[in-house]
Amino acid sequence: MPEPVADRPYEPVIGLEIHVQLATRTKMFCGCALSFGEEPNTRTCPVCLGHPGVLPTVNAQAVHFALMIGLALGCEIAPRSLFHRKNYFYPDLPKGYQISQYDVPLARNGALGDVRIHRVHLEEDAAKLVHAGASGRIHGAAGSVVDFNRGGTPLVEIVTEPDLRSAAEASEWLRLLRATLRRMGVSDVNMEEGSLRCDANVSIRPAGEATLGTKAELKNMNSFRFLQRGIDAEIARQEQVVRGGGTVTQETLHFDPVTGDISSLRSKEEAHDYRYFPEPDLVPLAPTEAMLSRADDALPELPAARAERLERDLELAPETARLLAFRGELGDFFEAAVAAANGGGDGAVAGPRALASWVTVELVPRLGDTEPTESPVTPEALAKLAGMVSAKAVSQSAAKQVLDVMAIDGGDPEALIVERGLGMAAADELGAIVDGAIEQNAAAVEQIRSGNEKAIGAIVGAVMRETKGRADGGEVQRMIRQRLTVDG
Amino acid sequence: MIERDQVLHVARLGRLKLSEEEVERMALELSSVLDHIEKIGELQLDGVEPTSHVLPLENVLRDDVPRASLPRDRALAEAPEPAGGGFGVPSPGGEG
Ligand SMILES: [Zn+2]
Repeated sequence: MPEPVADRPYEPVIGLEIHVQLATRTKMFCGCALSFGEEPNTRTCPVCLGHPGVLPTVNAQAVHFALMIGLALGCEIAPRSLFHRKNYFYPDLPKGYQISQYDVPLARNGALGDVRIHRVHLEEDAAKLVHAGASGRIHGAAGSVVDFNRGGTPLVEIVTEPDLRSAAEASEWLRLLRATLRRMGVSDVNMEEGSLRCDANVSIRPAGEATLGTKAELKNMNSFRFLQRGIDAEIARQEQVVRGGGTVTQETLHFDPVTGDISSLRSKEEAHDYRYFPEPDLVPLAPTEAMLSRADDALPELPAARAERLERDLELAPETARLLAFRGELGDFFEAAVAAANGGGDGAVAGPRALASWVTVELVPRLGDTEPTESPVTPEALAKLAGMVSAKAVSQSAAKQVLDVMAIDGGDPEALIVERGLGMAAADELGAIVDGAIEQNAAAVEQIRSGNEKAIGAIVGAVMRETKGRADGGEVQRMIRQRLTVDG
Repeated sequence: MIERDQVLHVARLGRLKLSEEEVERMALELSSVLDHIEKIGELQLDGVEPTSHVLPLENVLRDDVPRASLPRDRALAEAPEPAGGGFGVPSPGGEG
């Protein structure tokens, strides 16, 4: 049946603009230390307050980080790029302009995963404007209060091409970008705290069409959940407009995560008349070979490449490989455990797949908010524990009890197993327990004999209870079957 | 020729309040500035790189080493309306 016209599917087209606060020690153009929640206006100087006659100077480390980002995103680095003044009046901008980059950005034409990068450029952050009424600590202020601590913090702006096709894709890709930036150590990339901020350009078009629809810009979504919900809400809004016979207008929108409402921020066409011109106080950036190779040398193995390697070389499942690669500290822990297992020498060792499961399925929930590096469980200890399971020296469930203890107090798994009597029940002890369980579960034995295989669970359960988990479930099943077959 | 509307637009971007007489004068003055620039535009400059700076310098960089910031009292000394440790400003509401 042909689809009714009104239900013809629309395809969302999404591009992202990401602002990344760089983890330098000082601001972009002055020597003020970056602020981490200090008292308002205690990290300012005449430069970042925009006093007349002062001169900005470029932070070398910010340039280094920006070059690293450009290279990591596979961009072409401009042989010579310029700073421009972006002019507009707002109280969070003391000079009346933001120093940014315009027609010659530091880097362009790259890609991360399937998403092309349009440009990467350096700029300075605005100050923080605290609106009266929004905070109880403002007294006697007629309107709002400006805190210039954040003003002048180095930012890298990353603009993608409109290559994303759903809110979920956008959120997933932003996770990859965040993991990549975190691995590089160039930013704290904390969305709630604003060191990673994301705007989304959203438009819709009839599926399969090549031309782009009019886009609306969703500002400042400060979590992955809000990003996804905001984009979904905006797609729905635009569909409603178009299906109602209207047209989408180009505007800047604010998504309210509490109400789910989307409201227009500013529609004045003058707001976008920034009158860019070259910043006369800053000479061009022309990255030298030395600067470029230093940036290149500083790049670690990035998450996308790491996930690929873990999947290919260690045969991990794709989701597991991605989890370990995207949480770099976890990946480091895992790889240290693999190295420890391989270096362990004698006896059965846990393979990478088993170790990955111990790290991602067992250790992660026991860590809570603790970083793996701060956990009392060392990679070596986990590898040893997993190795004992592989060698059947301890059952899976007893090993989990051992890990419970290690996650709190650390310690050597072998010693803990001995100390707590958690070693695998010896064959004769286990045999006696299995015999007892068969005797006490006559009903289950009857059911198994009449063909209900599942009834074996009751007997296995009884054995596990009796041994407090110090037996291998598969082995117990085998012993029960063997006994029932012999008897029958 | 710069039109009256263009003068008002530029004045608004610069937050300038112009009198009627000034609007007319600016239209004339800005027009003559643009005429002059058009004259320069007649020069044959194919193959000449646009000049953004006259200094023969590149990569003037500063080491990422913190320097003392201003004490807050001094930072706020020139603020017309200090409030709650910050610079009190009119609510930016409809501006931007
Ligand atoms: Zn400063």
